[in-house]
Amino acid sequence: MTLFSPGTFAPAPGRGRLSRMLLTQARTEFVLTLRNGEQVLLTLLIPLGLLVGLTVLNVVPVPNPRVDNVTPRILALAVMSTAFTGQAIALGFDRRYGVLKRLAATSLPRWSLVAGRMLAVLGVVLVQLVVLGAVAFALGWHVSPPGLAPAALLVLAGTAAFGALGVLLGGALRAEVVLAVANMVWLLLVVAGGIVLSVHALPGALSAIAAALPSGALAEGLRVALVTGVTPWATLGVLLAWAAGAAILAARTLRLS
Amino acid sequence: MIRGRNLGFGNVTPPASSAAVEVCGLVRSFGPVRAVDGLDLQVQPATVLALLGPNGAGKTTTVEVCEGFLRPDAGVVRVLGLDPIADSAALRPRMGVMPQGGGAYPGVRAAEMLGLVAVCSARPLDVGWLLDVLGLTGVARVPYKRLSGGQQQRLALACALVGRPEVVFLDEPTAGMDPQARRLVWDIIASLRADGVSVLFTTHLMEEAEALSDQVVIIDHGRVVAMGSPAELTSSSTTQRQLRFRARPGLDLHPLATALPQDCGASEPRPGEYLVDGLIDPQVMATVTAWCAQQGVFAEDLRVSRRSLEDVFLELTGRELRS
Repeated sequence: MTLFSPGTFAPAPGRGRLSRMLLTQARTEFVLTLRNGEQVLLTLLIPLGLLVGLTVLNVVPVPNPRVDNVTPRILALAVMSTAFTGQAIALGFDRRYGVLKRLAATSLPRWSLVAGRMLAVLGVVLVQLVVLGAVAFALGWHVSPPGLAPAALLVLAGTAAFGALGVLLGGALRAEVVLAVANMVWLLLVVAGGIVLSVHALPGALSAIAAALPSGALAEGLRVALVTGVTPWATLGVLLAWAAGAAILAARTLRLS
Repeated sequence: MIRGRNLGFGNVTPPASSAAVEVCGLVRSFGPVRAVDGLDLQVQPATVLALLGPNGAGKTTTVEVCEGFLRPDAGVVRVLGLDPIADSAALRPRMGVMPQGGGAYPGVRAAEMLGLVAVCSARPLDVGWLLDVLGLTGVARVPYKRLSGGQQQRLALACALVGRPEVVFLDEPTAGMDPQARRLVWDIIASLRADGVSVLFTTHLMEEAEALSDQVVIIDHGRVVAMGSPAELTSSSTTQRQLRFRARPGLDLHPLATALPQDCGASEPRPGEYLVDGLIDPQVMATVTAWCAQQGVFAEDLRVSRRSLEDVFLELTGRELRS
């Protein structure tokens, strides 16, 4: 005697549609990020606070017009917070919770475990750009129109670089270690990586180092593009190099659990 | 009939065995530890195999090799005739997996998670129905980390079944479940079997293995120590029976032991629980009750039985605790 009529569990296996699987995975992770209070603090509230604070308060030296010079750095911060710190921490804990194994046991191809995460990250970055952009415009932000396309390229390259670094960190270590390292690196890059202070305002060697870091490269690249309208190819190259290097390493070190 | 299969066409793979799961000479080490050490087993189609063993016996390692999560150091593993790693893409849609613990984003709602796994299949079971059947409708919108252990287990089981697989691997499916939920899982496993699904599950629970499986494989230290149907395992020596009863703890068993025939042994495996092992006949029964009278105790729950699977298990794997 059983609850189930015969044939209830009769096998009828088959692979789901790839685009649907990938989009559902990405949408799930996107929604989870926006539902998580700590993630919202990291990806939206802190960048918003810094955007307003650095623009309105004269605590750090910023060339005038302040908002035009602050906003590109805040956008770089937003990309870094989402693609690197937030993503690494989420990945670390998802691995701990067996999510990657769970998904790896479905029809989802292995590459989509990471691709789905990147799509979700891009979605969050888009939300950040809209919110931060709107507030910046309210503060009087002025954009050089020819710089918009290169800025979009830079955001994509920056997301790829930070995303690959996030997978590298979050995919290899224990969740608690990931949490600590991801936050520490974030703080270091905010202070000395060209975010709060532009790469030009940093002293001596630090200035050159920061310009070669993904944070400094993205912030400075966005400033050049959005203020002057020029495409900063070298900066774009720096970001793509970080993306490629980190992705190659991460592909070797990513562990499912 | 012999000509029925198109021999000679296309790529000829090695003659696939008809078993749903076939493990031959599997070896898998972690550092210096041999978790699985030359293990063989087969799950026939539409049957249930219980993999039984103490902690650290190699159950999860075996299952994870079958699922393609671990690469074997040696040996051959085939699931539905496919290599779990090389043919992973072809195998995964046909396989249902319930890992041990976890398997969902900490913040994901139960229904979202099951929905995500469902879209990975071409013809999934109805998500709402499955949640309902597993008693998860009331917590469909609760984040995974706030579900009870039993609810998390039920969600993991739902994820294993939703794609209508041909073969399912369940790693301790009833761990942390209350008796009602456990009965439900038993019912599901029986229905899976009746519908033609092959099931391999691991468990610590003897009654579970005894009630559900066509075949029990007992492993320890990564090796098979016994296999067979529950009936075969428990009746390996048909004359060997047991007489059990309960009485005040700490009775002096010495006079009983001397009064019993030579091939019978008396012991107190747990305080207050007494066991007489051997050829139990009416004479032995009389001896025992006479001894009880002598001791001035009343033997409660007196019963004669064949060996339980638990006895077989403890006999084979020892009684000391595993870390």
